[in-house]
Amino acid sequence: MLDRAGTSAKDDTTRRVRFRGAGFVPASSRFGGWIALALVIAIWQAAGSAGLVNPLFLPAPAAIARAIYQLAMSGALWQHLSASLLRIGVGWVLGTAAGVAVGFAIGLSRLARSVGITFISALFPIPKIALLPLLILWLGIGEEPKIATIALGVFFSTAISVYSGVDAVPRNLIRMAQSFNVPFATIVRKVIWPGALPAILAGFRITASVALLLVVSAEMIGAQYGIGAFVLQAGNLMQTDQLLAGVVILSVFGLVVGKVIGWLETRLLHWR
Amino acid sequence: MDLIANHISHRFGDLAVLDDVSFTVGAGEVVAIVGPSGCGKSTLLSILGGLLQPTSGAPELRGAPPADSLNPLTFVFQDFALLPWATVEENVEFPLLHTQLSAAQRRALVDDALRRTGLTDFRTTYPKQLSGGMRQRVGISRALAVKPAILLMDEPLSALDSQTRELLMEDFVRLLADGGMGAVYVTHNLEEAARLADRIVVLSRRPGRIREVVTVPMTRTERGEIAAREKLLALQNQIWSLIRNEAIDAEREVQHA
Repeated sequence: MLDRAGTSAKDDTTRRVRFRGAGFVPASSRFGGWIALALVIAIWQAAGSAGLVNPLFLPAPAAIARAIYQLAMSGALWQHLSASLLRIGVGWVLGTAAGVAVGFAIGLSRLARSVGITFISALFPIPKIALLPLLILWLGIGEEPKIATIALGVFFSTAISVYSGVDAVPRNLIRMAQSFNVPFATIVRKVIWPGALPAILAGFRITASVALLLVVSAEMIGAQYGIGAFVLQAGNLMQTDQLLAGVVILSVFGLVVGKVIGWLETRLLHWR
Repeated sequence: MDLIANHISHRFGDLAVLDDVSFTVGAGEVVAIVGPSGCGKSTLLSILGGLLQPTSGAPELRGAPPADSLNPLTFVFQDFALLPWATVEENVEFPLLHTQLSAAQRRALVDDALRRTGLTDFRTTYPKQLSGGMRQRVGISRALAVKPAILLMDEPLSALDSQTRELLMEDFVRLLADGGMGAVYVTHNLEEAARLADRIVVLSRRPGRIREVVTVPMTRTERGEIAAREKLLALQNQIWSLIRNEAIDAEREVQHA
Protein backbone atom coordinates (compact mmCIF):
# COMPACT_ATOMS: atom_id res chain seq x y z
CA MET A 1 0.00 0.00 0.00
CA LEU A 2 1.26 3.43 -0.86
CA ASP A 3 1.07 5.01 2.58
CA ARG A 4 2.80 2.01 4.18
CA ALA A 5 5.64 1.81 1.74
CA GLY A 6 8.25 2.06 4.47
CA THR A 7 7.10 -0.83 6.63
CA SER A 8 8.89 -4.08 6.04
CA ALA A 9 6.44 -6.56 7.67
CA LYS A 10 4.03 -8.07 5.15
CA ASP A 11 0.41 -8.14 6.33
CA ASP A 12 -1.57 -11.00 4.77
CA THR A 13 -4.82 -10.78 6.72
CA THR A 14 -7.89 -9.88 4.65
CA ARG A 15 -10.26 -7.19 5.83
CA ARG A 16 -13.64 -6.36 4.51
CA VAL A 17 -14.01 -2.91 2.86
CA ARG A 18 -16.09 -0.84 5.24
CA PHE A 19 -19.52 0.16 3.82
CA ARG A 20 -19.79 3.95 3.76
CA GLY A 21 -22.60 4.61 1.31
CA ALA A 22 -25.52 4.77 3.78
CA GLY A 23 -28.10 7.55 4.00
CA PHE A 24 -28.90 10.52 1.79
CA VAL A 25 -31.71 8.61 0.05
CA PRO A 26 -34.99 10.53 -0.10
CA ALA A 27 -37.14 7.68 1.22
CA SER A 28 -39.56 7.67 4.15
CA SER A 29 -40.78 4.78 6.24
CA ARG A 30 -44.33 3.67 5.60
CA PHE A 31 -46.00 4.30 8.96
CA GLY A 32 -43.56 6.82 10.44
CA GLY A 33 -45.69 9.83 9.60
CA TRP A 34 -48.90 8.36 10.99
CA ILE A 35 -47.21 7.24 14.18
CA ALA A 36 -45.74 10.73 14.71
CA LEU A 37 -49.14 12.34 14.08
CA ALA A 38 -50.86 9.98 16.52
CA LEU A 39 -48.16 10.64 19.09
CA VAL A 40 -48.54 14.44 18.87
CA ILE A 41 -52.34 14.17 19.19
CA ALA A 42 -52.00 11.81 22.16
CA ILE A 43 -49.59 14.17 23.98
CA TRP A 44 -51.85 17.12 23.17
CA GLN A 45 -54.89 15.25 24.51
CA ALA A 46 -53.02 14.13 27.63
CA ALA A 47 -51.87 17.69 28.32
CA GLY A 48 -55.46 18.91 27.91
CA SER A 49 -56.98 16.20 30.10
CA ALA A 50 -54.39 16.80 32.83
CA GLY A 51 -55.35 20.47 32.90
CA LEU A 52 -51.89 21.61 31.81
CA VAL A 53 -53.31 23.68 28.95
CA ASN A 54 -56.13 26.21 29.24
CA PRO A 55 -58.91 24.92 26.90
CA LEU A 56 -59.77 28.49 25.98
CA PHE A 57 -56.40 28.86 24.24
CA LEU A 58 -55.91 25.31 23.03
CA PRO A 59 -58.83 22.88 23.38
CA ALA A 60 -57.98 19.17 23.44
CA PRO A 61 -58.37 17.09 20.24
CA ALA A 62 -61.40 15.33 21.73
CA ALA A 63 -63.15 18.67 22.18
CA ILE A 64 -62.39 19.63 18.58
CA ALA A 65 -63.73 16.28 17.36
CA ARG A 66 -66.86 16.83 19.43
CA ALA A 67 -67.29 20.30 17.93
CA ILE A 68 -66.98 18.90 14.39
CA TYR A 69 -69.52 16.19 15.22
CA GLN A 70 -71.99 18.75 16.60
CA LEU A 71 -71.49 21.00 13.58
CA ALA A 72 -72.18 18.07 11.28
CA MET A 73 -75.29 17.01 13.20
CA SER A 74 -76.78 20.51 13.33
CA GLY A 75 -76.34 20.96 9.58
CA ALA A 76 -74.19 24.06 10.11
CA LEU A 77 -71.10 22.29 8.79
CA TRP A 78 -72.68 21.62 5.43
CA GLN A 79 -74.11 25.15 5.25
CA HIS A 80 -70.68 26.71 5.70
CA LEU A 81 -68.79 24.12 3.68
CA SER A 82 -71.15 24.25 0.70
CA ALA A 83 -70.93 28.05 0.57
CA SER A 84 -67.11 27.84 0.50
CA LEU A 85 -67.03 24.95 -1.97
CA LEU A 86 -69.29 26.79 -4.38
CA ARG A 87 -67.08 29.89 -4.31
CA ILE A 88 -63.89 27.87 -4.69
CA GLY A 89 -65.35 25.66 -7.41
CA VAL A 90 -66.73 28.44 -9.60
CA GLY A 91 -63.77 30.76 -9.01
CA TRP A 92 -61.21 28.04 -9.67
CA VAL A 93 -62.89 26.81 -12.86
CA LEU A 94 -63.24 30.34 -14.27
CA GLY A 95 -59.67 31.30 -13.34
CA THR A 96 -58.24 28.04 -14.66
CA ALA A 97 -60.13 28.20 -17.97
CA ALA A 98 -58.97 31.76 -18.59
CA GLY A 99 -55.44 30.98 -17.35
CA VAL A 100 -55.06 27.95 -19.64
CA ALA A 101 -56.31 29.93 -22.65
CA VAL A 102 -54.04 32.92 -21.96
CA GLY A 103 -51.09 30.68 -21.04
CA PHE A 104 -51.35 28.81 -24.34
CA ALA A 105 -51.69 32.07 -26.27
CA ILE A 106 -48.52 33.41 -24.61
CA GLY A 107 -46.71 30.13 -25.22
CA LEU A 108 -47.65 29.97 -28.89
CA SER A 109 -47.79 33.56 -30.17
CA ARG A 110 -45.06 36.14 -30.16
CA LEU A 111 -47.54 39.04 -29.96
CA ALA A 112 -49.48 37.48 -27.08
CA ARG A 113 -46.19 36.81 -25.28
CA SER A 114 -44.92 40.37 -25.44
CA VAL A 115 -48.28 41.83 -24.38
CA GLY A 116 -49.29 39.09 -21.94
CA ILE A 117 -46.03 38.82 -20.01
CA THR A 118 -45.93 42.59 -19.47
CA PHE A 119 -49.38 42.62 -17.92
CA ILE A 120 -48.87 39.45 -15.93
CA SER A 121 -45.59 40.73 -14.50
CA ALA A 122 -47.32 43.94 -13.43
CA LEU A 123 -50.46 42.35 -11.97
CA PHE A 124 -49.24 39.02 -10.59
CA PRO A 125 -47.46 40.45 -7.51
CA ILE A 126 -50.62 42.24 -6.27
CA PRO A 127 -52.13 40.29 -3.37
CA LYS A 128 -55.51 39.58 -4.94
CA ILE A 129 -57.37 40.01 -1.66
CA ALA A 130 -56.45 43.72 -1.86
CA LEU A 131 -58.70 43.95 -4.90
CA LEU A 132 -61.76 42.65 -3.05
CA PRO A 133 -63.03 46.12 -2.01
CA LEU A 134 -62.71 47.31 -5.60
CA LEU A 135 -64.47 44.20 -6.86
CA ILE A 136 -67.27 44.79 -4.33
CA LEU A 137 -67.68 48.30 -5.75
CA TRP A 138 -67.85 46.91 -9.25
CA LEU A 139 -69.87 43.76 -8.69
CA GLY A 140 -71.97 44.44 -5.56
CA ILE A 141 -71.85 42.67 -2.22
CA GLY A 142 -73.06 39.22 -3.29
CA GLU A 143 -71.06 36.18 -4.29
CA GLU A 144 -69.56 37.76 -7.40
CA PRO A 145 -66.69 39.74 -5.84
CA LYS A 146 -65.55 36.72 -3.77
CA ILE A 147 -65.65 34.44 -6.81
CA ALA A 148 -63.87 37.07 -8.91
CA THR A 149 -61.11 37.41 -6.29
CA ILE A 150 -60.52 33.65 -6.35
CA ALA A 151 -60.68 33.54 -10.15
CA LEU A 152 -58.10 36.33 -10.41
CA GLY A 153 -55.73 34.63 -7.99
CA VAL A 154 -56.05 31.32 -9.83
CA PHE A 155 -55.79 32.94 -13.27
CA PHE A 156 -52.32 34.42 -12.86
CA SER A 157 -50.70 31.31 -11.37
CA THR A 158 -52.35 29.12 -14.01
CA ALA A 159 -51.33 31.36 -16.92
CA ILE A 160 -47.72 31.38 -15.69
CA SER A 161 -47.53 27.62 -15.17
CA VAL A 162 -49.17 26.95 -18.56
CA TYR A 163 -46.84 29.14 -20.59
CA SER A 164 -43.83 27.84 -18.68
CA GLY A 165 -45.10 24.35 -19.49
CA VAL A 166 -45.47 25.19 -23.19
CA ASP A 167 -41.97 26.70 -23.19
CA ALA A 168 -40.61 23.54 -21.60
CA VAL A 169 -41.92 21.21 -24.32
CA PRO A 170 -38.72 19.90 -25.95
CA ARG A 171 -38.13 21.84 -29.17
CA ASN A 172 -36.82 18.70 -30.85
CA LEU A 173 -40.31 17.16 -30.65
CA ILE A 174 -41.84 20.18 -32.35
CA ARG A 175 -39.15 20.14 -35.03
CA MET A 176 -39.77 16.43 -35.51
CA ALA A 177 -43.50 17.09 -36.05
CA GLN A 178 -42.70 19.92 -38.47
CA SER A 179 -40.35 17.64 -40.40
CA PHE A 180 -43.36 15.39 -41.09
CA ASN A 181 -45.50 18.37 -42.21
CA VAL A 182 -47.82 17.94 -39.22
CA PRO A 183 -50.20 20.93 -39.18
CA PHE A 184 -50.08 23.55 -36.42
CA ALA A 185 -53.32 22.48 -34.72
CA THR A 186 -52.19 18.85 -34.54
CA ILE A 187 -48.81 19.90 -33.13
CA VAL A 188 -50.63 21.84 -30.41
CA ARG A 189 -52.99 18.96 -29.64
CA LYS A 190 -50.60 16.02 -29.92
CA VAL A 191 -47.24 17.47 -28.90
CA ILE A 192 -47.57 20.70 -26.95
CA TRP A 193 -50.63 19.85 -24.85
CA PRO A 194 -49.33 16.49 -23.53
CA GLY A 195 -45.85 17.96 -23.19
CA ALA A 196 -47.11 20.87 -21.09
CA LEU A 197 -49.48 18.77 -19.00
CA PRO A 198 -47.00 17.94 -16.21
CA ALA A 199 -46.40 21.66 -15.60
CA ILE A 200 -50.13 22.41 -15.84
CA LEU A 201 -50.99 19.78 -13.23
CA ALA A 202 -48.18 21.01 -10.98
CA GLY A 203 -49.78 24.45 -11.34
CA PHE A 204 -53.10 23.01 -10.16
CA ARG A 205 -51.51 22.17 -6.82
CA ILE A 206 -50.52 25.79 -6.38
CA THR A 207 -53.83 27.24 -7.57
CA ALA A 208 -55.81 24.91 -5.30
CA SER A 209 -54.03 26.35 -2.26
CA VAL A 210 -54.33 29.90 -3.65
CA ALA A 211 -58.09 29.37 -4.01
CA LEU A 212 -58.39 28.05 -0.45
CA LEU A 213 -56.40 30.98 0.94
CA LEU A 214 -58.49 33.51 -0.96
CA VAL A 215 -61.87 32.00 -0.12
CA VAL A 216 -61.09 32.07 3.61
CA SER A 217 -59.76 35.65 3.40
CA ALA A 218 -62.74 36.86 1.38
CA GLU A 219 -65.19 35.20 3.73
CA MET A 220 -63.49 36.79 6.71
CA ILE A 221 -63.93 40.22 5.12
CA GLY A 222 -67.60 39.88 4.41
CA ALA A 223 -69.78 36.78 4.38
CA GLN A 224 -72.52 35.26 6.48
CA TYR A 225 -71.71 31.66 5.57
CA GLY A 226 -68.49 29.92 4.65
CA ILE A 227 -65.65 28.29 6.57
CA GLY A 228 -63.75 31.58 6.75
CA ALA A 229 -66.76 33.44 8.17
CA PHE A 230 -67.36 30.60 10.62
CA VAL A 231 -63.76 30.62 11.88
CA LEU A 232 -63.88 34.39 12.35
CA GLN A 233 -67.20 34.26 14.24
CA ALA A 234 -65.93 31.48 16.48
CA GLY A 235 -62.84 33.55 17.28
CA ASN A 236 -64.92 36.61 18.11
CA LEU A 237 -67.02 34.51 20.49
CA MET A 238 -63.89 32.86 21.92
CA GLN A 239 -65.27 29.43 20.94
CA THR A 240 -61.81 28.01 20.36
CA ASP A 241 -63.03 24.43 19.83
CA GLN A 242 -65.31 25.64 17.00
CA LEU A 243 -62.51 27.75 15.57
CA LEU A 244 -60.12 24.80 15.48
CA ALA A 245 -62.89 22.59 14.08
CA GLY A 246 -63.01 24.99 11.12
CA VAL A 247 -59.22 24.86 10.77
CA VAL A 248 -59.25 21.05 10.79
CA ILE A 249 -61.93 21.03 8.07
CA LEU A 250 -59.76 23.35 5.93
CA SER A 251 -56.80 21.04 6.43
CA VAL A 252 -58.83 17.98 5.42
CA PHE A 253 -60.15 19.84 2.37
CA GLY A 254 -56.59 20.71 1.31
CA LEU A 255 -55.50 17.09 1.76
CA VAL A 256 -58.42 15.77 -0.32
CA VAL A 257 -57.68 18.20 -3.16
CA GLY A 258 -54.00 17.18 -3.05
CA LYS A 259 -55.00 13.52 -3.29
CA VAL A 260 -57.29 14.20 -6.26
CA ILE A 261 -54.49 16.00 -8.12
CA GLY A 262 -52.08 13.18 -7.25
CA TRP A 263 -54.58 10.69 -8.68
CA LEU A 264 -54.94 12.80 -11.84
CA GLU A 265 -51.15 12.85 -12.23
CA THR A 266 -50.82 9.07 -11.98
CA ARG A 267 -53.69 8.65 -14.46
CA LEU A 268 -52.57 11.22 -17.02
CA LEU A 269 -48.79 11.12 -16.64
CA HIS A 270 -48.23 7.37 -16.33
CA TRP A 271 -45.73 7.59 -19.20
CA ARG A 272 -43.20 9.46 -17.06
CA MET B 1 -35.88 12.55 -57.18
CA ASP B 2 -32.58 14.34 -56.60
CA LEU B 3 -31.79 16.60 -53.66
CA ILE B 4 -29.52 19.52 -54.51
CA ALA B 5 -27.59 21.79 -52.18
CA ASN B 6 -27.36 24.92 -54.30
CA HIS B 7 -24.64 27.30 -53.05
CA ILE B 8 -25.81 27.12 -49.45
CA SER B 9 -24.25 29.55 -46.96
CA HIS B 10 -25.37 30.18 -43.44
CA ARG B 11 -24.50 32.47 -40.55
CA PHE B 12 -25.72 32.53 -36.95
CA GLY B 13 -25.44 36.25 -36.25
CA ASP B 14 -21.77 37.12 -36.81
CA LEU B 15 -20.72 33.50 -36.92
CA ALA B 16 -20.33 32.10 -40.43
CA VAL B 17 -21.21 28.40 -40.27
CA LEU B 18 -21.46 27.27 -43.89
CA ASP B 19 -19.83 28.78 -46.93
CA ASP B 20 -21.12 28.08 -50.42
CA VAL B 21 -21.83 24.36 -50.15
CA SER B 22 -23.08 22.67 -53.31
CA PHE B 23 -23.64 19.00 -54.09
CA THR B 24 -26.32 16.69 -55.43
CA VAL B 25 -27.77 13.53 -53.91
CA GLY B 26 -29.02 11.35 -56.74
CA ALA B 27 -32.04 9.04 -56.46
CA GLY B 28 -31.21 6.09 -54.20
CA GLU B 29 -27.76 7.44 -53.44
CA VAL B 30 -26.29 7.55 -49.92
CA VAL B 31 -24.12 10.61 -49.26
CA ALA B 32 -22.29 10.98 -45.96
CA ILE B 33 -21.25 14.38 -44.66
CA VAL B 34 -18.20 14.38 -42.40
CA GLY B 35 -16.02 17.10 -40.98
CA PRO B 36 -14.50 18.44 -37.77
CA SER B 37 -16.94 19.20 -34.96
CA GLY B 38 -18.73 22.51 -35.32
CA CYS B 39 -18.26 22.59 -39.09
CA GLY B 40 -21.99 22.95 -39.72
CA LYS B 41 -22.85 19.36 -40.68
CA SER B 42 -26.11 19.27 -38.73
CA THR B 43 -26.96 22.84 -39.75
CA LEU B 44 -26.54 21.79 -43.37
CA LEU B 45 -28.88 18.84 -42.86
CA SER B 46 -31.53 21.06 -41.23
CA ILE B 47 -31.30 23.41 -44.21
CA LEU B 48 -31.55 20.53 -46.71
CA GLY B 49 -34.67 19.24 -44.92
CA GLY B 50 -36.39 22.63 -44.80
CA LEU B 51 -36.16 23.10 -41.03
CA LEU B 52 -33.80 26.07 -41.23
CA GLN B 53 -33.67 29.01 -43.67
CA PRO B 54 -30.16 29.41 -45.11
CA THR B 55 -28.67 32.91 -45.24
CA SER B 56 -28.09 32.42 -48.95
CA GLY B 57 -28.47 29.65 -51.50
CA ALA B 58 -31.22 27.06 -51.27
CA PRO B 59 -32.00 23.37 -51.03
CA GLU B 60 -33.75 22.15 -54.17
CA LEU B 61 -35.50 19.05 -55.44
CA ARG B 62 -35.32 17.80 -59.01
CA GLY B 63 -37.77 15.30 -60.43
CA ALA B 64 -40.95 13.88 -58.94
CA PRO B 65 -40.87 11.96 -55.65
CA PRO B 66 -42.05 8.32 -55.72
CA ALA B 67 -45.84 8.21 -56.06
CA ASP B 68 -46.43 6.47 -52.73
CA SER B 69 -44.13 8.74 -50.69
CA LEU B 70 -45.99 10.66 -47.97
CA ASN B 71 -42.95 12.68 -46.89
CA PRO B 72 -40.13 12.56 -49.46
CA LEU B 73 -37.52 14.15 -47.15
CA THR B 74 -37.68 12.41 -43.78
CA PHE B 75 -35.43 12.98 -40.78
CA VAL B 76 -33.95 10.44 -38.38
CA PHE B 77 -32.78 12.38 -35.34
CA GLN B 78 -29.74 11.95 -33.13
CA ASP B 79 -31.86 12.12 -29.96
CA PHE B 80 -34.63 9.99 -31.54
CA ALA B 81 -37.33 12.69 -30.90
CA LEU B 82 -39.94 10.20 -29.73
CA LEU B 83 -43.13 11.33 -27.99
CA PRO B 84 -42.63 9.96 -24.45
CA TRP B 85 -46.39 9.80 -23.79
CA ALA B 86 -47.07 7.68 -26.87
CA THR B 87 -46.49 3.95 -27.33
CA VAL B 88 -44.19 2.59 -30.02
CA GLU B 89 -47.05 2.15 -32.50
CA GLU B 90 -48.53 5.56 -31.68
CA ASN B 91 -45.14 7.12 -32.31
CA VAL B 92 -44.85 5.37 -35.66
CA GLU B 93 -48.41 6.35 -36.56
CA PHE B 94 -47.93 9.98 -35.50
CA PRO B 95 -46.75 11.32 -38.90
CA LEU B 96 -49.68 9.56 -40.60
CA LEU B 97 -52.46 11.01 -38.43
CA HIS B 98 -52.92 14.20 -40.43
CA THR B 99 -52.84 12.46 -43.83
CA GLN B 100 -55.86 11.41 -45.87
CA LEU B 101 -55.23 7.73 -45.17
CA SER B 102 -57.95 5.56 -43.62
CA ALA B 103 -57.37 3.89 -40.28
CA ALA B 104 -56.85 0.55 -42.06
CA GLN B 105 -54.29 2.05 -44.45
CA ARG B 106 -52.44 3.68 -41.57
CA ARG B 107 -52.46 0.42 -39.69
CA ALA B 108 -50.98 -1.43 -42.68
CA LEU B 109 -48.15 1.12 -43.00
CA VAL B 110 -47.43 0.99 -39.27
CA ASP B 111 -47.42 -2.82 -39.26
CA ASP B 112 -45.03 -2.92 -42.20
CA ALA B 113 -42.67 -0.34 -40.67
CA LEU B 114 -42.65 -2.12 -37.31
CA ARG B 115 -41.96 -5.45 -38.99
CA ARG B 116 -39.04 -4.06 -41.00
CA THR B 117 -37.40 -2.78 -37.83
CA GLY B 118 -38.16 -5.82 -35.68
CA LEU B 119 -40.48 -3.89 -33.36
CA THR B 120 -43.69 -5.86 -33.83
CA ASP B 121 -43.50 -7.32 -30.32
CA PHE B 122 -42.93 -3.89 -28.77
CA ARG B 123 -45.87 -1.99 -30.24
CA THR B 124 -47.55 -1.20 -26.92
CA THR B 125 -44.31 -0.33 -25.13
CA TYR B 126 -43.45 3.23 -24.06
CA PRO B 127 -40.13 4.82 -25.10
CA LYS B 128 -38.82 4.99 -21.51
CA GLN B 129 -39.07 1.19 -21.32
CA LEU B 130 -36.78 0.73 -24.33
CA SER B 131 -33.00 0.74 -24.67
CA GLY B 132 -31.33 3.47 -26.72
CA GLY B 133 -30.94 1.18 -29.71
CA MET B 134 -34.58 0.16 -29.67
CA ARG B 135 -35.61 3.81 -29.35
CA GLN B 136 -33.66 4.68 -32.47
CA ARG B 137 -35.30 1.72 -34.21
CA VAL B 138 -38.64 3.37 -33.38
CA GLY B 139 -37.30 6.59 -34.94
CA ILE B 140 -36.30 4.66 -38.06
CA SER B 141 -39.61 2.81 -38.13
CA ARG B 142 -41.48 6.13 -37.97
CA ALA B 143 -39.38 7.39 -40.88
CA LEU B 144 -40.05 4.26 -42.94
CA ALA B 145 -43.82 4.52 -42.35
CA VAL B 146 -44.04 7.66 -44.53
CA LYS B 147 -42.13 5.97 -47.39
CA PRO B 148 -39.35 8.53 -47.76
CA ALA B 149 -37.39 9.06 -50.95
CA ILE B 150 -34.40 10.41 -49.03
CA LEU B 151 -33.63 9.86 -45.35
CA LEU B 152 -31.93 12.78 -43.63
CA MET B 153 -29.98 11.15 -40.82
CA ASP B 154 -28.42 13.44 -38.23
CA GLU B 155 -25.77 11.42 -36.35
CA PRO B 156 -28.34 8.67 -35.82
CA LEU B 157 -25.92 6.41 -33.93
CA SER B 158 -23.89 8.86 -31.88
CA ALA B 159 -26.09 8.60 -28.77
CA LEU B 160 -25.62 4.81 -28.68
CA ASP B 161 -22.96 2.51 -27.28
CA SER B 162 -20.57 0.83 -29.70
CA GLN B 163 -22.25 -2.60 -29.72
CA THR B 164 -25.69 -1.16 -30.40
CA ARG B 165 -24.15 1.07 -33.05
CA GLU B 166 -22.73 -2.00 -34.81
CA LEU B 167 -26.14 -3.73 -34.80
CA LEU B 168 -27.99 -0.69 -36.10
CA MET B 169 -25.39 -0.14 -38.80
CA GLU B 170 -26.20 -3.64 -40.06
CA ASP B 171 -29.87 -2.61 -40.10
CA PHE B 172 -29.01 0.49 -42.15
CA VAL B 173 -27.01 -1.57 -44.64
CA ARG B 174 -30.02 -3.85 -45.05
CA LEU B 175 -32.55 -1.00 -45.37
CA LEU B 176 -30.45 0.87 -47.93
CA ALA B 177 -29.46 -2.26 -49.84
CA ASP B 178 -32.11 -2.21 -52.56
CA GLY B 179 -31.26 1.33 -53.66
CA GLY B 180 -34.90 2.43 -53.50
CA MET B 181 -34.18 4.94 -50.76
CA GLY B 182 -31.43 7.52 -50.71
CA ALA B 183 -29.92 9.14 -47.65
CA VAL B 184 -27.89 12.05 -46.43
CA TYR B 185 -25.95 10.72 -43.47
CA VAL B 186 -24.32 13.26 -41.17
CA THR B 187 -21.70 11.74 -38.90
CA HIS B 188 -18.40 12.42 -37.21
CA ASN B 189 -17.67 8.70 -37.31
CA LEU B 190 -15.57 7.90 -40.38
CA GLU B 191 -16.20 4.17 -40.06
CA GLU B 192 -19.95 4.70 -40.39
CA ALA B 193 -19.40 6.96 -43.37
CA ALA B 194 -17.13 4.44 -45.11
CA ARG B 195 -19.50 1.53 -44.43
CA LEU B 196 -22.70 3.21 -45.59
CA ALA B 197 -22.04 5.96 -48.10
CA ASP B 198 -21.68 5.89 -51.87
CA ARG B 199 -19.96 9.25 -51.64
CA ILE B 200 -18.47 11.10 -48.70
CA VAL B 201 -18.59 14.89 -48.62
CA VAL B 202 -15.72 16.16 -46.47
CA LEU B 203 -16.33 19.60 -44.99
CA SER B 204 -13.65 21.97 -43.73
CA ARG B 205 -13.60 23.57 -40.33
CA ARG B 206 -16.09 26.35 -39.67
CA PRO B 207 -17.24 28.01 -41.84
CA GLY B 208 -17.83 24.64 -43.52
CA ARG B 209 -16.73 24.45 -47.15
CA ILE B 210 -16.49 21.31 -49.26
CA ARG B 211 -12.89 20.14 -49.07
CA GLU B 212 -13.31 17.00 -51.06
CA VAL B 213 -15.90 14.51 -52.24
CA VAL B 214 -14.66 10.93 -51.89
CA THR B 215 -16.33 8.12 -53.81
CA VAL B 216 -16.38 4.74 -52.08
CA PRO B 217 -15.39 2.23 -54.75
CA MET B 218 -17.37 -0.78 -53.45
CA THR B 219 -20.99 -1.86 -53.10
CA ARG B 220 -22.38 -1.86 -49.59
CA THR B 221 -22.64 -5.66 -49.61
CA GLU B 222 -18.98 -6.01 -50.58
CA ARG B 223 -17.98 -3.75 -47.70
CA GLY B 224 -19.32 -6.25 -45.17
CA GLU B 225 -16.76 -8.84 -46.25
CA ILE B 226 -13.48 -9.37 -44.40
CA ALA B 227 -11.47 -8.77 -47.56
CA ALA B 228 -12.86 -5.24 -47.81
CA ARG B 229 -11.65 -4.25 -44.35
CA GLU B 230 -8.24 -3.08 -45.39
CA LYS B 231 -9.58 -0.97 -48.23
CA LEU B 232 -12.13 0.64 -45.95
CA LEU B 233 -9.47 1.39 -43.35
CA ALA B 234 -7.29 2.97 -46.00
CA LEU B 235 -10.26 5.09 -47.06
CA GLN B 236 -10.94 6.15 -43.48
CA ASN B 237 -7.26 7.08 -43.06
CA GLN B 238 -7.38 9.10 -46.25
CA ILE B 239 -10.36 11.10 -44.96
CA TRP B 240 -8.87 11.41 -41.48
CA SER B 241 -5.69 12.90 -42.93
CA LEU B 242 -7.89 15.48 -44.62
CA ILE B 243 -9.57 16.63 -41.43
CA ARG B 244 -7.14 15.74 -38.63
CA ASN B 245 -5.36 19.08 -38.35
CA GLU B 246 -8.59 21.01 -38.52
CA ALA B 247 -10.19 18.71 -35.97
CA ILE B 248 -7.36 19.57 -33.57
CA ASP B 249 -7.89 23.29 -34.18
CA ALA B 250 -11.64 22.91 -33.79
CA GLU B 251 -11.24 21.10 -30.49
CA ARG B 252 -8.92 23.74 -29.08
CA GLU B 253 -11.18 26.58 -30.07
CA VAL B 254 -12.95 28.52 -27.30
CA GLN B 255 -16.69 28.03 -27.63
CA HIS B 256 -18.84 31.00 -28.53
CA ALA B 257 -21.36 31.29 -25.73
